Amino acid sequence: MSDVPILKVENLCKSYGDLEVLKSVSFEIYKGEKKVFVGPSGTGKSTLLRCINQLTIPDSGFVYLNGEEIVHSGKKINGYRQKMGMVFQNFNLFDHLTAVRNVELALLKVKKLDKAAAHEKAMYELEQVGMADRADFYPAQLSGGQAQRVSIARALAMDPEVMLFDEPTSALDPELKREVMEVMRKLADRGMTCIVVTHEMKFATSFATEIYLMEKGEIVEHGPPSDIPTSPGFVKTRAFMGSYVEE
Amino acid sequence: MTDSINATGADGGLGGFFQNLTDSIISQIPFWQDVLLPALWDGLWVTMQLVVMTAPLGFLLGLLIAVSRVYGSAPVKWLAQLYVIFFRGCPLLVLLFILYFGLPSVGIVLGSFMSALVGFILCNSAYNSEYLRGALQSIKRGQLLAARSLGMTKMQGVMYVVVPQALRRALPGVSNEFIYLIKYSSLAYVVAVIELTGAAKIIASKYFMYFEAFAAVGIFYLVIVTIATIGIHRLEMKYAIPGVSGAVGKVSKGH
Repeated sequence: MSDVPILKVENLCKSYGDLEVLKSVSFEIYKGEKKVFVGPSGTGKSTLLRCINQLTIPDSGFVYLNGEEIVHSGKKINGYRQKMGMVFQNFNLFDHLTAVRNVELALLKVKKLDKAAAHEKAMYELEQVGMADRADFYPAQLSGGQAQRVSIARALAMDPEVMLFDEPTSALDPELKREVMEVMRKLADRGMTCIVVTHEMKFATSFATEIYLMEKGEIVEHGPPSDIPTSPGFVKTRAFMGSYVEE
Repeated sequence: MTDSINATGADGGLGGFFQNLTDSIISQIPFWQDVLLPALWDGLWVTMQLVVMTAPLGFLLGLLIAVSRVYGSAPVKWLAQLYVIFFRGCPLLVLLFILYFGLPSVGIVLGSFMSALVGFILCNSAYNSEYLRGALQSIKRGQLLAARSLGMTKMQGVMYVVVPQALRRALPGVSNEFIYLIKYSSLAYVVAVIELTGAAKIIASKYFMYFEAFAAVGIFYLVIVTIATIGIHRLEMKYAIPGVSGAVGKVSKGH
């Protein structure tokens, strides 16, 4: 564990009109850690992730990536975003491109790799998520689980230092959830730093190094997975939580 | 025509009618060969020049206007909207008159062909921009978010992710506008461009052969439009996204 956290979030606030979605959220994450955010719907978990990579601009607060402040970084944010791979609830694969070209696009246009190198890298990443045999399929021809695995490969191709997962399995059937969770575990085993927002408590407790419980825009409790399920805060909010999917 | 009716009456049979019709057509062959068709070919060439130059420029300008309206900064949006209001709101005929007859009085002389071309491009782009704007706005927001999350700039995301998808959705509207352009290119004759319709009109008046001249022109347009329709259909097939029929997609959720 190095001295500087990969990511440090300090007093992040975000409001939409009168609705305070994030109320001064702070936490930090070191290399190889896996932090999982749980809590009822509408408590600002997804907004938190988007405020981290600036897809949503926070009203106030700071985000440090390897010690560099990125909220007010202007155009440099495009470089920082590559270091923070993001996986969306609805996959958001580029509908007009095949799986492999989904992965290649940013390699060509952002990393400026040549075609051959981009293709090779894309195929490697697809292989890592077990999707190499579907490389030439379009998103509409893939199952939800397959599409999500491709979107993970797409994010990984940019060689991120931290992965942000925004409810990666919420849009999936139980069987399909499993294949995505397996890919995430493999990734974690390889030492990838992960921040995950999820409703899957079983997955959270077995995956996380630390679980954060959010409620109404605030972190109300956090601790190792062994503590959280029995903590008073969690017991109280448990009723509002999503399914307890067995893996 | 009167002759042929009388003749039919005189012969008292259908056979006579056809005999006369055939005679009349045969007698017209020199007119078609030597007068009408050469004039129409010349007119067709001018029509094709107008259409082939207007279509790509009107499309690209329309795309620029549409992207400005959806993704531009406030003043850019405002300017683009003003453009659409003006050039879509102004009747093409009036626009052509302004360009051809009006501009010379402020010292700008475009000439007839250029006036028609500019008028068509302005009108075509304004309409295209509306089809394209609708298509751009119909692309799920998550597509651009995903592009940006990978480090693309907004412009890159729009260019490589949103626009390619929007073009496919706008294709039916844009092709409709293209077909329409082929036909409204006939308005060029009001600013003295002798295109297909203008050529027919000159011949018709000169030889008093209105039916023949305009029937022939009608067939010319029908053939061009049919060829264009086949081409557009091929284009749609070529760029169809496998697995997608119509505008299907998961509803994007989240903040």
